[in-house]
Amino acid sequence: MVSESEDSETMKEEKTPKIPVWDLPDVPKGGLPPHLELQRTRVLCTFDAPTHTENFQYSGAYASMGVDNSLRLEEFRSNFRVEVISLTEDDMEFDMIGIDAAIANAFRRILIAELPTMAIEKVLIANNTSVVQDEVLAHRLGLVPLKVDPRLFNYKSENDEPNEKNTIVFKLHVRCERGSSRIKVKSNELKWLPHGSEFILGTEKAAADSTSKTKTYTSFNCSQDSLLEFVNNPIGPKHDDIILAKLGPGQEIELEAHAVKGMGKTHAKWSPVATAWYRMLPEIVFLQEIEDEKAEELVKKCPVRVFDIEDIGKGRKRATVARPRSCTLCRECIRGDDWDKRVALRRVKDHFIFTIESAGALPPEVLFTEAVKILEDKCERVITELS
Amino acid sequence: MEHGSFQDQSQATFSFTDEDHTLANSLRYTLNQDPRVTFCGYSIPHPADARVNIRVQTTGDPAREVLKDSCQDLMLICQHVRSTFDQAVMEFKSKKGLESMNIRP
Repeated sequence: MVSESEDSETMKEEKTPKIPVWDLPDVPKGGLPPHLELQRTRVLCTFDAPTHTENFQYSGAYASMGVDNSLRLEEFRSNFRVEVISLTEDDMEFDMIGIDAAIANAFRRILIAELPTMAIEKVLIANNTSVVQDEVLAHRLGLVPLKVDPRLFNYKSENDEPNEKNTIVFKLHVRCERGSSRIKVKSNELKWLPHGSEFILGTEKAAADSTSKTKTYTSFNCSQDSLLEFVNNPIGPKHDDIILAKLGPGQEIELEAHAVKGMGKTHAKWSPVATAWYRMLPEIVFLQEIEDEKAEELVKKCPVRVFDIEDIGKGRKRATVARPRSCTLCRECIRGDDWDKRVALRRVKDHFIFTIESAGALPPEVLFTEAVKILEDKCERVITELS
Repeated sequence: MEHGSFQDQSQATFSFTDEDHTLANSLRYTLNQDPRVTFCGYSIPHPADARVNIRVQTTGDPAREVLKDSCQDLMLICQHVRSTFDQAVMEFKSKKGLESMNIRP
């Protein structure tokens, strides 16, 4: 039996004429065959795991196919697109098309960790009889987003004197009178002190009588509200209704908070974004027509209503992909018997839906351009270091 | 800092302080797209040290020059991203401004 079947197979092989591989019609010249192109440009989301998730980066990856995978700046320039989807004061969503994940991720990482903002770093507590401990209160104050452009300030290193170019001072003095009910201390109680600290330095206190000018915790040369940038734009917390503490009758908080410039990689309070993230564009393809009951079933399967039904006449219905962007890749639509043979879930590897939620220091579109500038600066530094 | 040999300049390891995946991964991408590069990769020897090592091996050109060129490429990419983004935002703002003003042609 076995030998017989083998014989019949060799017979078949002899019948087909021998053609060199490169003459086969399914190898297009100057391009990749469709299955490789699919693997290169799409992540395939199958029912158990996503496949072909990696990017082929090596310039000679397709050399044997006669395809050049190297970076041509001209091609990047003609292919790259940005489409703004929504833009408000605090958040924006835009599509970045034709860029590699490595660079998109660099922008995201810079947005979160390497863009400077101002945040409260030092808290001088004169009096705190509330139930919130000093260090907890100081930590809460640090996390309050401040509405101030960090580009107008310098970094303050450890030995620097706090001055008007590197420090912002806030005062908080709240008292709950005896006999009244409990009160909430909110962030609008933080009062900006444009002249700097009002607390007199401890060592100077004894000598305060002899010297004409008492020394405080900051040494401002001029008032910050006289500076052009802040005349019409006073510094303060971004939100007025952040609860900092609650005071019972007879309790009091008196403190001064000093904000300095910093970066998100030191502490998250300096991160200028609430979050910044991207996702690849979902792509849903029907591998065969889905009609009538199957179409109804598919529409019911999807929890985010990606699919719609259209009439194709004669009382027949067909499923269509109406809102692919809202797909969360829950893979409900490819679950169950043979559904993965009808529907293919994919993601486009070079199409990023980028979302930036600003914490309030700068508008989101400015944050992004600043992030790109920082990556440029990094490159420039490497070039100067090497030459 | 460059670690390489004087005899063979086509391969070297570059060690950058105060850098992380942000720069190293984007540089690895641009390096890999350069046809002169036979191998490149990066590593962060210890997560507590702010240091990244980038290895570059080329077909013959000095690794230092190739790395500099890819930095240049990355910078040009960034500049293009920035100008395209600014333009897209401007267009969006002007379109939205017109819509809110309710001007009919």
